[in-house]
Amino acid sequence: MSIVAEAPAHAAHVAAGAPIVQITALRKSYGSNEVLKGIDLTVRRGEVIAIIGKSGSGKSTLLRCINGLEVFQQGSLSVDGKPLLHESAMAMRELRQRVGMIFQGFNLFPHLTVGKNVMLAPTLVKKRSTLETASQARKLLTRVGLAEKFDAMPDQLSGGQQQRVAIARALAMEPAVLLCDEITSALDPELVGEVLRVVESLADEGMTLLMVTHEMSFARKVGDRVIFMHQGRVHEMGPPAELFANPQTPELQQFLSSLHD
Amino acid sequence: MNDFSLWDILRNLLMALRWTVALSVIAFVGGGVVGALLLFLRLRAGKALDRAIGTYVQLFQGTPLLMQLFLAYFGIALLGVEVSAWTAATVALTLYTSAYLTEIWRGCVASIPKGQWEASGSLALGFGEQMRHVILPQALKIATAPTVGFLVQVVKGTALASVIGFVELTKAGSMISNATFQPFVVFSCVALMYFALCFPISLYARHLERKIHVHRR
Repeated sequence: MSIVAEAPAHAAHVAAGAPIVQITALRKSYGSNEVLKGIDLTVRRGEVIAIIGKSGSGKSTLLRCINGLEVFQQGSLSVDGKPLLHESAMAMRELRQRVGMIFQGFNLFPHLTVGKNVMLAPTLVKKRSTLETASQARKLLTRVGLAEKFDAMPDQLSGGQQQRVAIARALAMEPAVLLCDEITSALDPELVGEVLRVVESLADEGMTLLMVTHEMSFARKVGDRVIFMHQGRVHEMGPPAELFANPQTPELQQFLSSLHD
Repeated sequence: MNDFSLWDILRNLLMALRWTVALSVIAFVGGGVVGALLLFLRLRAGKALDRAIGTYVQLFQGTPLLMQLFLAYFGIALLGVEVSAWTAATVALTLYTSAYLTEIWRGCVASIPKGQWEASGSLALGFGEQMRHVILPQALKIATAPTVGFLVQVVKGTALASVIGFVELTKAGSMISNATFQPFVVFSCVALMYFALCFPISLYARHLERKIHVHRR
């Protein structure tokens, strides 16, 4: 078993810049309400992308399309060259092994210990032995600063700790891409930092990250590219320094100024 | 005239009690199996089947068990198949139980937050793995108390099988009371036996309920 902590960094050196997520003309609607109106996006390996925008702009929906939690009606999407096919359980299983996701509400499995939370998916999906997955889980928990919580139950942890366990759980599948859906929005302010530090360390190691976030300073600091979504479209996109300092469209200007109120 | 002692009454009732217990167990196990099957179909299949099972549930919940027993007994006979009271009672009670249990369990599964499905799905777990390792362990915990509680309903429901001539506790009671002319004594004994059967079950259900609440804090 490779050491997960090093794998992404290694991969980044080998194939940095190769496209890993490819989205073409993606459209999605709920009934007659179209929430994504033609998204084209290519994410390169090792890139860190921050998606910002008002609520209802479709940013979470876009993220959830990437691992198939949302079904889209038109367009195509592939991860690591593997196309997303909703009808094929096999294809979905393949794809979801390449894409990890972290949620706003943590979604740890409350009936399992922290260690078992991390071990469950690799044991079932990758058919690894318990011995192997347990040692991997310990490494990952150490990495997110929770080595001593292996036998704790999720409800004994703070929100920030739970979210870090969720990160370790996602990493246990050794994903090529990690999706972060407003992962600090449900946290008390004093707990945000510990989670963001873990995410930042992942970014530094070359993990490909797509994150929907309201933490603008974090997006500016860590992001390679910021995407501003508005009414179901990619409205503006660019390096954070440029985008934040010099917004081109009135919508983005308005959005950014509304944050300072 | 009266050569029945209290012991004779009790002894005969106890013999019949076996059949009440047997019928309850069969209804509960059979209903549980059918109910679980329906639950899986409902979770897995499309809208049409889901609605069909919903109608099935409504049908059994919306008609008296007595009618269901009549229909099972006389209805199947109309098809030219000879059914014993035993078969008819088993079939009717099993279907009746399955309708309630599948609905109770569906509610329990539905009460598991959507995030649990999404988190386990995004970890590449398949439907079976999600059910077995994530959803059911949590749903089962919630389901135990209402399921055990419903068992009480089944036990009491078996009394209705007496109307199609199945000799269980209630039927035995009325037969003995016809012979002894002591209906009050006989049916008091019958009632006590039902109580002795049901009360521990309710106590256990309540105990389970309390345990879950302690767990949740």
